Amino acid sequence: MQKLLLLGDEAIAQGAIDAGISGVYAYPGTPSTEITEYIQASKDAKENNIRSSWSANEKTAMESAIGMSYAGKKSLVCMKHVGLNVAADAFINSAITGANGGLVVLSADDPSMHSSQNEQDSRFYGKFSLIPVMEPSNQQEAYDMTRYAFELSEKFGTPVLIRVTTRLAHSRAGVERKEMLAQNEIKLPSDLKQFILLPSIARKQYDILLGKQDDFENDAETSGFNTLFDGTDKSLGIIACGLAYNYLAENYQDKELLYPVLKVGQYPIPVNMVNSLYESVDEILVLEDGYPLIEELLRGLLNKGKKVRGRMDGSIPASGELNPNKVAAALKLEVETGHTIPDIVQGRPPKLCDGCSHTDSFTALNEAMLDYSAGRVFSDIGCYTLSALAPLESINSCVDMGASITMAIGAADAGLIPSVAAIGDSTFTHSGITGLLDAVNTKSPITVIILDNSTTGMTGGQDSSAFGKVEEICKGVGVEEDRIRVIKPLRRHHEENLKVIREELEYNGVSVIIAKRECIQTLGRRMKEKARQKREVKTVK
Amino acid sequence: MKKDIILAGVGGQGILTIATVIGTAALLEGLQLKQAEVHGMSQRGGDVQSNLRISSGDISSDLIPEGKADLIISVEPMESLRYINMLDKNNGWLVTSMNPFVNIPNYPPVEDVLKAIWEVPRNVTIDAEKVAKEQGSIKAANIVALGAASPYLGIKYESLEHAIKKIFASKGEDIINLNLKALSAGKNYAVKKT
Repeated sequence: MQKLLLLGDEAIAQGAIDAGISGVYAYPGTPSTEITEYIQASKDAKENNIRSSWSANEKTAMESAIGMSYAGKKSLVCMKHVGLNVAADAFINSAITGANGGLVVLSADDPSMHSSQNEQDSRFYGKFSLIPVMEPSNQQEAYDMTRYAFELSEKFGTPVLIRVTTRLAHSRAGVERKEMLAQNEIKLPSDLKQFILLPSIARKQYDILLGKQDDFENDAETSGFNTLFDGTDKSLGIIACGLAYNYLAENYQDKELLYPVLKVGQYPIPVNMVNSLYESVDEILVLEDGYPLIEELLRGLLNKGKKVRGRMDGSIPASGELNPNKVAAALKLEVETGHTIPDIVQGRPPKLCDGCSHTDSFTALNEAMLDYSAGRVFSDIGCYTLSALAPLESINSCVDMGASITMAIGAADAGLIPSVAAIGDSTFTHSGITGLLDAVNTKSPITVIILDNSTTGMTGGQDSSAFGKVEEICKGVGVEEDRIRVIKPLRRHHEENLKVIREELEYNGVSVIIAKRECIQTLGRRMKEKARQKREVKTVK
Repeated sequence: MKKDIILAGVGGQGILTIATVIGTAALLEGLQLKQAEVHGMSQRGGDVQSNLRISSGDISSDLIPEGKADLIISVEPMESLRYINMLDKNNGWLVTSMNPFVNIPNYPPVEDVLKAIWEVPRNVTIDAEKVAKEQGSIKAANIVALGAASPYLGIKYESLEHAIKKIFASKGEDIINLNLKALSAGKNYAVKKT
């Protein structure tokens, strides 16, 4: 069949479409965003009515996907690794309910933290929740494993987690498509109590999940996604998980690899295969593009068995994504070096775009905050986090989605008055509304600045779930109407905006300032599209 | 045939377009490819790079090993040096635009940057903006840089032309011709200079 040039993310999306999903649920997050975007733009998805609009956050996405699975249809839910923390309650309990229609959860990890706050490894979530995990090593496997994950999910009635990392998510290669499978018809679970996790039922369901563990492991031994390659040099055995296998192979382009190798792409860990390898070699090197999951288990608390090398003994640096050079060093191969980078090369950190509304909002806020001691502005995650960097240096925190408002509450409770929260419209609908409700209920003396640019900017301008309703939401949550102020962040409005911010900082209660101006990027795109349509109309005439 | 290429620049300068042209041309020649891109946070005016690997055989890693790149193509001079450790010391070519993109306060004196580039054996520097302007639009500076790198790509020049026609097909004849002229001007400059 047809070969397509796809990003790892796109291969997953195409794999899900071809597996016969009826819906994808997601909140944008680098490096997972392109999966849902691909489905949104796909002709096949449109023709087959695959639902694909953005969810308010990862938890709502996960729950909607469970709902679709309950109704018997196949659903995909996508998020970045830290999004899985947001969805964790629903995710872990979905292992207990089990799946009816195929339920596949995609978590995209970001080792080296290219665009994230941490480099947590989602495979641990799979182990924690006791469900199978797939970890592709290349774009073709990303496609094949996504299809297989749905098969596995329906075969064993369990959600399946797919774990990728940034490098595969955002790297392109040729992918061979297979035939497109049909969507499921509506079919409720045969046991209508399966999804009611009351303790008495949950205990039963948990036993069922525990009872499936042997099946999961047997499948990992036989599916073909874990492979043991024998070798003649038994002084070392190598376990290479996911992408790490490519870096291993890269180092043996021009020479033969004589060590036995276990290529791992499916979990639970295939214990029999690991044992065969372990028994046949003198020592083991574990290559994992993330935390040392297999390495730690193999090594054990007391580390008294055969020598196990990897991230924990320093053979590979403990943090950061793998690359061919790190793997070469761990294999004690000669590591090639290039020219030295001259000292004149300066860092070029990302920054807010020219003409960005956030710059005008923070310029006014910075001036207003001069009236108070430093260190009072709490923020979170979005383009506006870049205001932490020079020249603005406006914010003092970025912990997780929505933490701006709630951290401001806690700091105000501790006596830091006024405390300020700076949050974007998409982040506000993701996880800010409940925090604002807390503030209203306790009459917390905080000023919340909602930077409303009508989009999810940092990930490339996806729809924000606010859809222009920020003011109404704040009213609905119970913020006093005269304490909801709307400003237009433009340089020429600086003085009046400054006055509004100063007034609300002085107010001893919850204030919300909505700084409302469209993202300069989405505006530009909209104008271009308009011009294009105009041209087309002209040509038709 | 195997070429490992680093593409470098600043977010918004069009390095992904260069990658798409080379990638499309490589596919037209029946070659395999892997191309690692940068998305997300670093796009906002920060440094961006892409690892592009082309081969007649299988390609393992999405990342090029250090010291193994055959070619660096950069649309910004300081950015060309950021990845100089990736270049093969004995055979690699460095092709870069000479036009600095200054969006940081501590950008070094451009003479110093160029001096460091000229110290790299096998380098081509080109005033891509000037050349692009002469062809009709400064926007084609990225394709000028690609043209200057075309003699070292291991891909037929006609395949690059074919790729440009394909990629810009929806944008109309004028844009296609502009980019074809930019490609040609970049190539002629490099051939004359080396």
